Amino acid sequence: MPEVIRLEYRNVTMRFAQMAGHLTAVQGVSIAVRDGEVVSLIGPSGCGKSTLLNIGSGLTAPSEGQAFVDGDRVEGPNAHVAFMLQKDLLLPWRTVAENVMFGVEIQGVAPAERRRRAQALLENLKLAEFSGHYPHQLSGGMRQRVALARTLAVDPTVLLLDEPFSAVDAQTRMVLQRELAQTLQRAGKTALLITHDLLEAVTLSDRVLVMSRRPGRIIDEIAIDIPDRDEPLKRRTHPKVTDYVNRLMDRLDIGTVPA
Amino acid sequence: MSETTNSSVVWKGTAASLALLIAFLAAWQWGPGLLRIPPFIIPPLSMVAEEAVRMWHVSGLAFHTGITAAEVLAGFILGSLLGAFIGYLIGMSPTAEFALSPYILALQIAPKVAFAPLFILWMGFTVYPKILVAILIVFFPVMVNVLTAIRTVDPDLINLARAFKASRAQIFWKIEFPASLPPLFAGLRIGSTLAVVGVVVGELVGGNMGLGYLLSFGEGQANTAMVFVAIVMLTLVGGIAYLLVILIEQRVLHYLPKRAQMGF
Repeated sequence: MPEVIRLEYRNVTMRFAQMAGHLTAVQGVSIAVRDGEVVSLIGPSGCGKSTLLNIGSGLTAPSEGQAFVDGDRVEGPNAHVAFMLQKDLLLPWRTVAENVMFGVEIQGVAPAERRRRAQALLENLKLAEFSGHYPHQLSGGMRQRVALARTLAVDPTVLLLDEPFSAVDAQTRMVLQRELAQTLQRAGKTALLITHDLLEAVTLSDRVLVMSRRPGRIIDEIAIDIPDRDEPLKRRTHPKVTDYVNRLMDRLDIGTVPA
Repeated sequence: MSETTNSSVVWKGTAASLALLIAFLAAWQWGPGLLRIPPFIIPPLSMVAEEAVRMWHVSGLAFHTGITAAEVLAGFILGSLLGAFIGYLIGMSPTAEFALSPYILALQIAPKVAFAPLFILWMGFTVYPKILVAILIVFFPVMVNVLTAIRTVDPDLINLARAFKASRAQIFWKIEFPASLPPLFAGLRIGSTLAVVGVVVGELVGGNMGLGYLLSFGEGQANTAMVFVAIVMLTLVGGIAYLLVILIEQRVLHYLPKRAQMGF
């Protein structure tokens, strides 16, 4: 039985016009993410990881090649994809519940259904008692959880996550990673996760893709053969983790070139 | 900041404020006499108070204050609406901003009060030239604040809305407009005090109504106490306008942390 490809980049190249000539951010990248799979993308800063995310969410069109979501070519923002960034992007004038409903409100979902979805997500993410709070009253970790709930509220098939936890402290990050892993597993979502944290990439994903320095290309692909993808904290302690992280460090030339 | 320290700051601050007020009023009452300053230079507090009572009964102080307050209100509201409207319009169109910015800058540099004689030539000794000066002077801080606010909305927020397939109107009403409200109110605060300046200048230049008229009438009569009364009333009108803006602001921006709201 052929597997369903949820997110696909087919030979994508992205160039940006500059003062003199142009700058190639991404060069001939092809990625296919299967249904329910979590794939991480790592690479040096400025290698075009976030550009790929913008292309996948339909905010920018690639110079060459195409992106597909659920088999349809991405030609603009669409309801199948939702993204989450390092910044929580919560609106300070909206309560937690209203922030969660932001996407569904724009998409024109009926008010009763919006509230039902927000309520369910807030309960799942242990935020129900804060639904009437304003963002400034929450901690960084809680704010990021609200952002996750907002992303899930539109019920996308594909989640694009751009360093979602890099702004929170180490302990909170582990808690959030576990929550993300379990939520993705429970809802059967497909995700592309951009991260700088090698351990995060290994413990959260089914596969890790490594990108080169600019112009960004995919230079390695590592299948993570560790069970319990929904238990990243348990996965951390698995003996294979060190090997994977070492291989990633190797591929990224960490330790061989000055940072 | 804990609740107790906060309330103790408020209590101590209020007490100090009141003490200062009493000291100031006392200095006003007895200072001129002690320093041998004649009453036609600085009339003591009691003399100014007597003059206020006299003006209330004889010179129509309430009427003139009412006229000035009405002009301030009309000028402030119209100027704010115009400033906000143009600010949003230009903020949403980079082309419009590019085309209009030299003229906006030129108008901003031109001293607005200098237009008062011109407006009086055009519209006579009515309330309209005063309102027009106020509109012109209130317009800029409001417009500039709105424009800057629209410009500085986080592009990632706009992208977030776009990723949810928001229309241009939805982006404006759900993100840009609410994001512009705190700077808009900062502009309105400035505008509310400037409106008084605009109106008074208009009244000083020509006409026979308003506190500005009483001001120049008192000057002509060498009635220093009358001038003081007019200044106090003008301060009162401006203060009330400012307070009204703050009251509305606290209603509208209730979601901001308390500390960000306090600054008067």
